[in-house]
Amino acid sequence: MLYKRYLSMLLKSQLQYKASFIMTAIGQFLVSFTTFLSMYFMFSRFHQVDGYKFEEVLLCFSIVLMSFSFTECFARGFDVFPRLIRTGELDRILVRPRSVVFQVLTSTMEFTRFGRFFQALLVMVYATSVSDILWTWDKILTIISMFLGGVAVFAALFILYAGFSFFTIDGLEFMNIFTDGSREFGKYPLSIYGEGVLKLLTYVIPIALFQYYPFLYLIGHTHNRWMMVLPLVGYLFLIPCYAFFRLGLSRYQSAGS
Amino acid sequence: MKKYLSFFRIRFLAGLQYRTAAWAGISTQFFWGMMNLLMYRAFYRSGQNAFPMTFEQLSSYIWLQQAFLAMFMTWFYDNEIFGHITSGSIAYELCRPCDLYNMWFVKNMAIRLSRVVLRCFPILIIVALLPHPYGISLPVTPQAFPMFLLAMFLGFLVLIAFNMLVYISAFYTVSPMGIRILVTSVLEFLTGAVIPIPFFPEWLQPMMYALPFGSMQNTPFLIYIGHVSSREAWNAIGLQLFWLGGLLLLGKAVMHHALKKVVVQGG
Repeated sequence: MLYKRYLSMLLKSQLQYKASFIMTAIGQFLVSFTTFLSMYFMFSRFHQVDGYKFEEVLLCFSIVLMSFSFTECFARGFDVFPRLIRTGELDRILVRPRSVVFQVLTSTMEFTRFGRFFQALLVMVYATSVSDILWTWDKILTIISMFLGGVAVFAALFILYAGFSFFTIDGLEFMNIFTDGSREFGKYPLSIYGEGVLKLLTYVIPIALFQYYPFLYLIGHTHNRWMMVLPLVGYLFLIPCYAFFRLGLSRYQSAGS
Repeated sequence: MKKYLSFFRIRFLAGLQYRTAAWAGISTQFFWGMMNLLMYRAFYRSGQNAFPMTFEQLSSYIWLQQAFLAMFMTWFYDNEIFGHITSGSIAYELCRPCDLYNMWFVKNMAIRLSRVVLRCFPILIIVALLPHPYGISLPVTPQAFPMFLLAMFLGFLVLIAFNMLVYISAFYTVSPMGIRILVTSVLEFLTGAVIPIPFFPEWLQPMMYALPFGSMQNTPFLIYIGHVSSREAWNAIGLQLFWLGGLLLLGKAVMHHALKKVVVQGG
């Protein structure tokens, strides 16, 4: 399969600079490790937040970080999309007989993000072993479904970001609220930010679908089995974001470079 | 001196052109600060007594952090400088009749200040109007305000002096990306950008105040909110001067060493 070939090609080329690759991966690990440490310090001072214990909150942190770093690695092409426009790379993509999405996905991948992914995995292993959740099959399925839902929502956000870059380059910093912001503030159960924010993050940017509601099921605050499949509803969010991207693409005029 | 001033002016004026970016930045920072405050509010509800400062003080701290973000952001580097070093165009820079260290230092100051000038006032005005206790309060005493300004300027210089070491490290490594990410994440944590230093465990705090990182954004903001007494504040400003001097000397020495060794391939 063509995707696999691209994958191995990109992996090989990135491993050429081994020292830099490893340092960057460690750096990625450290970035999220300091986030973890700061949470640890906060909890050693306050012990709980809104009734949630440290181990429980860590589940949120690790799921969000895991799906974010996974998406960041494979959907990196959308993350650096403004560069594709600026360098004229997009023009080359448009004349090739493969779908745009496929080519953007395979234009670049960022394997150093696995430094973060690895950390999220470690935290999750730790959190699952110390929490008093009984790990039955439905809970395990919920975690998997949360991860898959997270990947969908983050991928949609990256596509939305790329869509915006057709209209503005300068104003793109605004989108960080949604991408980096979701990762940053998704480390705590979203209800702690209050009712209004939770609603916004349920109906507009559906992060709560894979984070808060199934999390309640995980820690046994609700027994509604529907919470297990709720994260998969996040896939619907891909539709408007992709439509927006297509809209931008249809109005795209090359810079001619 | 005059030539550095004109370098400053060129960079500063160029920076002022990015107005859309400034509006995008302002809304991002406003949102970021608000979400942070909501998060701290949840902790405040959970354990008011464990809170190391009042909620009003924390609000002021967070908004100062957001308003002056461009001055103290740890992840920002001038890619042009890295480009000079890795591409070899450093040769042209070396031909100029001015000191490379000073020139880069001034450039960094100008870029950061132009961003701050565009962004800080709208943010400060909005957050001054926010309802109590979410808005920014006035400085704790009238005397604290000039001290805050002085400490903020010094902290700004300390950060740039530290950043200069990262730029110079590019002379020694092929790809500066790795070091940059490592330094940024450590700096972000130790300067109190992730959580303010008073929220760290008590036993860690003295060490963090003493390190050069504690002399960056932490000092001016704590002076503003009155977390430190005026005697402690003067001591902290003294420490800032010490670190600024030390980092400047170190930076110049390393730069001198690097430039003696540097070989630019012709072509």
